[in-house]
Amino acid sequence: MKLLRKIGESLLAPALALAFALVVTSAILAAFGANVITVFTQMWDYGSQASAIALILNLMTTYYLSAVAVAIGFKMNLFNIGVNGQYLVGGMVAAAVAGHMSLPGYLAIPITILVAMAVAALWAGIAGWLKVSRGVSEVISTIMLNYIAIGVISYLIVRTNIGEAVAFNVRGTRTIPLSGQMPGFTLPGADTPVYGFIFIAIAVGIGYWFLLNRTRFGFDLRASGMSPSAALASGVNSKKMALYAMLLSGAIAGLVALPDLLGSSHSYTLSFPTGYGFTGIAIALIGRNNPIGIAFGALLWSFLDVSSQQLDLIGVPQEIVTILQGVTVLAVVVAYELVRRNKVKAGQRSVGLALANQEAGA
Amino acid sequence: MRKLNLPRILLLVSGGILLLSLARLLAHTDDLTSTGTMSAAFGAAVPIGLAGLAGLWSERAGVVNIGLEGMMILGTFGAGWVGWQYGAWAALGIAIVFGAIGGLLLAIATVTFGVDQIVAGTAINILGLGLTQFLAKLLFTTAPGGGATQSPPIFGTLPHFTLSAIADPLTTVQNKNWFLVSDIAGIISGFFYQLSILTVITAALFGLTKWILWHTAFGLRLRSAGENPWAAESLGVKVNSYKYLAVTISGALSGLAGAYLAIVATGVYRGGQTAGRGFIGLATMIFGNWMPGGTAAGATIFGYIDTLQLRDDANIRGLVLFGAILILLISVYLFRSGRRNSGFAFGLFAIVMGTAFLVSKSFPPEVAQVAPYLTTLVVLATAAQRLRPPSADGIPYRKGESH
Amino acid sequence: MTNATDALTLTGIWKRFPGVVANSNVNLTVRSGAVHAIVGENGAGKSTLMKILYGMQKPDDGTISISGETVIFNSPSDAIDHGVGMVHQHFMLAENFTVLENIILGSEPKQGLRLDLGAARLRLEDLARRYSLQVPFDSFVSDLGVGDRQRIEILKVLYRGAQILILDEPTAVLVPQEVDELFAALRDLRAEGITIIFISHKLDEVLEIADEITVMRAGTTVASIDPKSQSVTAGQLAELMVGSELPSPTTSGNTVRPEVVLAAANLTVANRDGKHVVDGVSFTIHSGETLGIAGVEGNGQAEIVDALLGVVPTSGNLSFLTEEISQWPTRKRREHGMAFIPEDRSRQGLLLDAPLWENRMLGHQSVAPNGGGFLIDPHGAKTDTERIVREYDVRTPSIEVSASALSGGNQQKLIVGREMSGEPKLLIAAHPTRGVDVGAQAAIWDHLRNARAAGLAVLLISADLDELIGLSDTIAVLLRGKFVATVDPHNVTPAILGSAMTGAGVSA
Repeated sequence: MKLLRKIGESLLAPALALAFALVVTSAILAAFGANVITVFTQMWDYGSQASAIALILNLMTTYYLSAVAVAIGFKMNLFNIGVNGQYLVGGMVAAAVAGHMSLPGYLAIPITILVAMAVAALWAGIAGWLKVSRGVSEVISTIMLNYIAIGVISYLIVRTNIGEAVAFNVRGTRTIPLSGQMPGFTLPGADTPVYGFIFIAIAVGIGYWFLLNRTRFGFDLRASGMSPSAALASGVNSKKMALYAMLLSGAIAGLVALPDLLGSSHSYTLSFPTGYGFTGIAIALIGRNNPIGIAFGALLWSFLDVSSQQLDLIGVPQEIVTILQGVTVLAVVVAYELVRRNKVKAGQRSVGLALANQEAGA
Repeated sequence: MRKLNLPRILLLVSGGILLLSLARLLAHTDDLTSTGTMSAAFGAAVPIGLAGLAGLWSERAGVVNIGLEGMMILGTFGAGWVGWQYGAWAALGIAIVFGAIGGLLLAIATVTFGVDQIVAGTAINILGLGLTQFLAKLLFTTAPGGGATQSPPIFGTLPHFTLSAIADPLTTVQNKNWFLVSDIAGIISGFFYQLSILTVITAALFGLTKWILWHTAFGLRLRSAGENPWAAESLGVKVNSYKYLAVTISGALSGLAGAYLAIVATGVYRGGQTAGRGFIGLATMIFGNWMPGGTAAGATIFGYIDTLQLRDDANIRGLVLFGAILILLISVYLFRSGRRNSGFAFGLFAIVMGTAFLVSKSFPPEVAQVAPYLTTLVVLATAAQRLRPPSADGIPYRKGESH
Repeated sequence: MTNATDALTLTGIWKRFPGVVANSNVNLTVRSGAVHAIVGENGAGKSTLMKILYGMQKPDDGTISISGETVIFNSPSDAIDHGVGMVHQHFMLAENFTVLENIILGSEPKQGLRLDLGAARLRLEDLARRYSLQVPFDSFVSDLGVGDRQRIEILKVLYRGAQILILDEPTAVLVPQEVDELFAALRDLRAEGITIIFISHKLDEVLEIADEITVMRAGTTVASIDPKSQSVTAGQLAELMVGSELPSPTTSGNTVRPEVVLAAANLTVANRDGKHVVDGVSFTIHSGETLGIAGVEGNGQAEIVDALLGVVPTSGNLSFLTEEISQWPTRKRREHGMAFIPEDRSRQGLLLDAPLWENRMLGHQSVAPNGGGFLIDPHGAKTDTERIVREYDVRTPSIEVSASALSGGNQQKLIVGREMSGEPKLLIAAHPTRGVDVGAQAAIWDHLRNARAAGLAVLLISADLDELIGLSDTIAVLLRGKFVATVDPHNVTPAILGSAMTGAGVSA
């Protein structure tokens, strides 16, 4: 019973925020003359078809990984806004390496994954090192590294022979051979497969929970995020912790490009999606850095993104969901803060009450 | 670098110009300090400087404004939307209003609801981006000359002028390519060449900021909100009101920065045109030690770097040389003040840059593209530890809470 | 009975917060032009009353009257408008502003829009001269010491025309010479008709300066004394404050064993400006021995603690159980049996938003029963937390509540229980009963005594001289980073110790 109440409490804030966002979005839609009901039913109809579900699961996998990467940083009060740059560099290098390998799958795929994680971790490590050695705010440095990443990648693909012609007028990394691709599975009735990488994402989620709640490193991480001074007195080396947190966050970020690369595109080109990092931030905020909460957030986001794809056909720009998402994020963080303040007051009240009862009974 | 007073600043600036001149001669890239380049540099400095000023107003009142980028985007959008129908001045006004609304949202989230400032700022960035993308697609696709991510061209322009009396003779001097003299001439003439009224307004705003914040009671109270809000509260200062005002002004200035980008720099609203300048602006503010003068100086430097991608590709060579020598000097300075690890890292970086200069005849355009962001990192890495942000910057404040 | 010559009268003041009644039926009469002291132990309700007096809080019931007129304060500005000025215990000063800017903030003299600093300066120079409160007006506060900062706080309220000054524990951070300067200023103020309300728990000082004394206990006023007409001792006041015989922390018997647990030689800690805040300190602590460190706050105690924990760069030798530990990281020291009760529990001892059982792990997350090696064991931690709650009488409905929900005394009992678990060899106890109610205080003293008898070595830092004398086997006096005297607690009184702390030397 207590567990159900706890779940209910944690869902209350995001549910309210989502409701608020729906109201705002409906108002905007109505203001521009669209029929609100039509829009939402259209989205639901399309989104619940088998093919759409496959797309949703695939997008959700990517979003989930991105959000976990951000959440690791958040747990230590570090804002890794650089997931974008990290997964792009990690993905590009991994794709290039995978394209040149002709090893069997059970070797090629783990190597590809490790390369992506290592390169992305290194990219994040730059910001981490700048923070612990020179006190540079990781918010600004990771954002700068995002832009630098785009420049570096563009240079490598366009002007070096890391990039080749992979399609008509398209340059990208060498196509990954069949042996290096990751197989997926097809849901009945769908015409696209679900990426096999979804299982890795699930493993990452479990690993994230385990790390935070069952390891000493995770405890140190959370303590540093809650009270750096208390953590220091308890034996945590805050500088090392910050660096490790950034490296770990970067490593997970490196995975973000892989579902796509290993499951469908098989080559990194300049049109590779570049916004997954910001989505990860939004989802981590909504899910409050909790592995299950993030999963719900990722599901919600991917549903909105996929089901809105054909809103253009009825004359409504599909970007309406970005407004919905943006308002939800803002509303959720406000809601969480209000809930937190309430909880502190309620906690003090309940302790006072319980103690008074104890003394009365004693 | 204990205290940066006027003689020291002049020394650093002269040293910088000297170095630049040297690099220009050694690399044979005479466009480096030409009138045209400097004029473009001052122009590019405007949005970055305004973003830095916006950050300054907010942080001086104790609120970190990461949402500058989102507010700037709102400004560019507002300018594009109103501009093509009603002209440049209307565009200017609406951009400021849109930016201010963004600021107000941040104020509500952080001051009233106590949301973490960086989280709230990030949320504003996400919202600003999404809102403008949606509205742009909706409103501009069918408008004449517009597209899904671009507004129709803004009708009319803001006035700009050239002070020929100063610019012309100095341009002649600059064209002679003499060591140091031509560079200084180029810098001065560049300022008065194709000077936009918005640049003048921006300069005035910097001066106004200094006066308001440091010479009026209003400014003292606003700064007290950022230094010790609890002390201010105990003396009857309405801290939250000042925070609200400061953050809204911050948004308005960001909107103004967006207006410059849309109206003066390009003439349209275009998705992605802010390109991270909000964050570069924050770096400028840090570089400027949260003071208007320093921020203006930083903005000029960053503006210069930002300009490079638009000018002659060959310029990059000269700048790479300049950068290599400068970073080498910084590395030496770090070694001598005992910070061996950092000194080593900077030294390595300088060697890489130097080698790149010697080895290549030309640099790919991506280098110029990346230069502003790389410079930001280098600047922050050098300066971040020596600075004095407002004491209560970024710290959550609640009325009536004991401290 | 309100007299028109009374500067301030409180009648029937009540104030409640969720879970606690802070003030109940408080009655207070302050005569005009007097120095009126309010004494009471921690938790007696003094701070809440002060907040009500200077307008930070509104009472739920009761009235405040100033010179016979009933007033209502909605904010500190209202209080200031009625001439009531608060001088805080924890100074409220903006470090990066000058003294002048700090004083005029909120009441700035203007010429149009411009700040008129000249006018302010003239007025302040006059005030400073009249009341012996000279301060350098153009210096940044960050460059000034404690005595100057307090003078700035007093000038702040005088500048605004305060006729009633409230001083909250003003001597807590002053050395005796600064206390004399303060008292001289207070006498000057009193001579000019300014009323002063002086909150303190330092009874000897109160008896020296006060014309009237009010005693508070458990949220209410229990006694009103005129020390001129009734002769009263500090001990009697203390008993009024507590309501019964004071529990005294005495230790009996010698439990000191020959093994040396901690030996420090020439310990030196430098601050950011290169000054030696701990300057060549040496000491040894044996098993079963408690070494007390006496000294006014700010003389290096906190830095000695930091040095022992390993959180600041230190030079000198430090050996713990025969091993040289100067290069050991904090975690290793704690794993080897160094326990720590911090001075500021909310900053260094607790994760306020985390449940109690996670707080039990803090500082011990790498050892049993919390874990070992790579993993942590929540089940083990929870079970052990239940034990601590039982054995140390931590009043809480469950171990899942956040630490922030507990009262200060119960938080401290949890910390003591946590630190005493796992058989520590050395306990660093910094102000272990600060902000803790009397019941919890007695319990903590018991635990310290028992552990000492079982062989625990204790480093005790405290501002409570009775606690220090009662619990220590040896007391070292710290002044400006150096040990200036070593005393035997059996031959010393708080007065002697207090004088040694100021550098006057140990003499009866």
